[in-house]
Amino acid sequence: MSEASIRLDQVSKWYAGASAPAVEELSMEMPAGQVTALVGPSGCGKTTILKMINRIIEPTSGRIEVGGRDIQGLDPHALRRGIGYVIQQVGLFPHRTVDENIATVPKLLGWDRRRTERRIEELIEMVGLEPEMGNRYPGELSGGQQQRVGVARALAADPPVLLMDEPFAAVDPIVRVRLQDELRSLQAQLQKTIVFVTHDIDEAIKLGDQVAILDVGGVLRQYGRPEEVLREPANAFVEEFLGKERGLRRLSLIAVRDVSLEDGPTVSADAGPAEAREVMAREGVDWVAIVRNGELRGWVWESELESGRKVGDLSVRPFLVRVSADSTLREALDAIVTSHNQVAVVYDGDRYAGMLTLSRISENLVP
Amino acid sequence: MIPESTFLASDPLIRWSWIWDHLEEIRTQTIEHFILTGIAVGVGFAIAMGLSIIALRFRRTYGPVTWVTGVLYTIPSLALFAFLVPYTGLSTLTAEIGLVSYTLLILVRNIVAGIDGVSPAVREAAVGMGYGRARLFLEIELPLALPVIVAGLRIATVTVIGLVTVTSIIGQGGLGLFILDGLRRDFYTPLIVGSVLSVALAVVIDAALAGVEWLLSPWSRMRMAR
Amino acid sequence: MDLLADVLAWFFDPDNWQGTAGIPNRMVEHVRLSALATLLAAALAVPSGVLLGHSGRGGLLAVSVVNIGRAIPSFAVIALALPFSIRMGLGIGFWPTFLALVLLALPPIFTNSFTAVRSVAAEVVEAARGMGMREREVLLGIELPLGAPLILTGVRVASVQVVATATLGALVGWGGLGRYIIDGFSVQDNVRVFAGALLVAGLAILTDVLFNVTERVLFAAGRRRVRRAPAEAGTSALNVRG
Repeated sequence: MSEASIRLDQVSKWYAGASAPAVEELSMEMPAGQVTALVGPSGCGKTTILKMINRIIEPTSGRIEVGGRDIQGLDPHALRRGIGYVIQQVGLFPHRTVDENIATVPKLLGWDRRRTERRIEELIEMVGLEPEMGNRYPGELSGGQQQRVGVARALAADPPVLLMDEPFAAVDPIVRVRLQDELRSLQAQLQKTIVFVTHDIDEAIKLGDQVAILDVGGVLRQYGRPEEVLREPANAFVEEFLGKERGLRRLSLIAVRDVSLEDGPTVSADAGPAEAREVMAREGVDWVAIVRNGELRGWVWESELESGRKVGDLSVRPFLVRVSADSTLREALDAIVTSHNQVAVVYDGDRYAGMLTLSRISENLVP
Repeated sequence: MIPESTFLASDPLIRWSWIWDHLEEIRTQTIEHFILTGIAVGVGFAIAMGLSIIALRFRRTYGPVTWVTGVLYTIPSLALFAFLVPYTGLSTLTAEIGLVSYTLLILVRNIVAGIDGVSPAVREAAVGMGYGRARLFLEIELPLALPVIVAGLRIATVTVIGLVTVTSIIGQGGLGLFILDGLRRDFYTPLIVGSVLSVALAVVIDAALAGVEWLLSPWSRMRMAR
Repeated sequence: MDLLADVLAWFFDPDNWQGTAGIPNRMVEHVRLSALATLLAAALAVPSGVLLGHSGRGGLLAVSVVNIGRAIPSFAVIALALPFSIRMGLGIGFWPTFLALVLLALPPIFTNSFTAVRSVAAEVVEAARGMGMREREVLLGIELPLGAPLILTGVRVASVQVVATATLGALVGWGGLGRYIIDGFSVQDNVRVFAGALLVAGLAILTDVLFNVTERVLFAAGRRRVRRAPAEAGTSALNVRG
């Protein structure tokens, strides 16, 4: 199952006594090595879908394949030992230390002691915990640390597939962002097939290579790459679910380096006041930035220009807000709003790369 | 039985010489008391564990199980012994049947509540990682229920220690013998010795069980990190 | 099954229904003593438990009281009450038994009253204070009615235990239903022992059932049923058996 994609074929789930299906005739494929985010309002069956993949819930009809094999033909315990599982409440075993928790599946699989210990060491580091935490009990850890252990435990036997059921919903927003970032960089190395259930569209967009937007009753309303979904919502449900901030959400998917930057109102340090005024008039602003040897020195107001003096000799004001070329347009927008100059100064590493204006961003805002 | 008591208001409460003269018997009866208690709690625990597993597996049986054990618990001990005497005589068996039946309600209730108290998230995580039913019960549920189960064991044990004193009335040994002897002979000293030692035994064993729990559940005494 | 036939015959023997040793008199003795002891214990333990619970102090006391109460065998309490009763000039029979039963009934009632008030949801009490209720009004208008089911449970546990232990009063010269068992033992009359046991067991179960019915009638409508909580060392109302 090293290249394990997941295929659902006409999968339905009726709960006993329910008047409508939780999931109805759902067919979709979750590609190997990618993150598929299942997102939707409560009652959309996203958790049911997830739990049918490791057979915690059995489908009423339909067929599910993991790595090309029909899971109905596998022993459920063996299946589950080959699939990592992370849930919102973490579910660490309170009576076992962090190390013992991580060793759970290796122990079930009968790994020898040395191999297990090596693996624990590796995982503790991978999820960003201190090695000495291994001897602690879950009750002694913070919520964020517990979920790190939860992820390590799920990864212990190196399963090709990872099922994550709202794993970060119970931690505070600051920790959540950090855990999301860490999962992203972890996934860049590990290339697992991850199914990630969330009710938070921002989280789905941030983490998903694909986003599946589900409606009540397990109806798949749209399935595609996040930028596609944001650019072209397939229907009114998706549009409403994405919300009014759809444009802003899209900005967080676009890197600053991917849009063309402007040079902005800049003059060389050798220029005189006349040349500076000309640039200001052309750009329609009352300030000018001064460049020397490809380095942005700072800026001055028009009223501060002195006739007969080169602009490079004036005392300049520094640009307080800088943006890296790796950041997103959403971050750049934030920088512009907080700056004096209505522009974001973009640096690529140490080099001045150009300026990003509000109008350039708004071109990307509305697709 | 005691139409006129000859207890005298002037009698000293404790006659130390009696205690020195009977040290050996005091020791023997304390051990006897302990053994009677141990057998009752041990057998009671085994039966309660069986009943609890049935009640947990087949939920509908929990009501009837607690009803029957509840009635047994409500019947006064002397009456329960009296019911048995015509059949099993003034024997240790009579005493143990009675004592065991008092432990059942407490133990079943605590075992079931302890297992029910295991967080659903822990159970789900275990099942999700491939635990089977038996393994889940033995490796996850039982250890996590331990504090509640031990709490039940402590109550059951302390209760039984108190009840063993009553078994002297049906001719059994233990510290109740001294109490009965004191009453029959209108003599304070053995009465007080029997009562005090019985309480002391209960306190010591309760503390010992608390210690065992402390040793077996290191995780539950850890403070939260924040 | 000869025994059961004999027991039945014993119940039908008119001799057993009259005089001091008759069933009616023994039953009245047993019930009267038990009721008096429970009432006095409740009169002492409910106000003190409720007041301590309201003040939030005395948690350790509540726990210790029930633990100690559980560790002292009721047989020992009855036996120990005798010398003290004699020393106080109260003699044998009623008083030592009464004294012992009151002592036995105090811990469960006290601890349940304390817990009943303590376990009223903090936000409810805070809301009451926030709306300007005085402490007395909070106690009488909020905590007491909400805690009443648990207090009654304490009284039930205590009274069942008192009825059971009153049987042992026969050992210190008191009447009551225990006489049949104790006297039966001493003359090896199994029929009388068994009949006495039936009466005592029946009375204890009846007491329990009556309290249960009362609880249900009083606290049924619209209120969450109080689930039987597991017994925890130190906090439960379960106590030693008599």
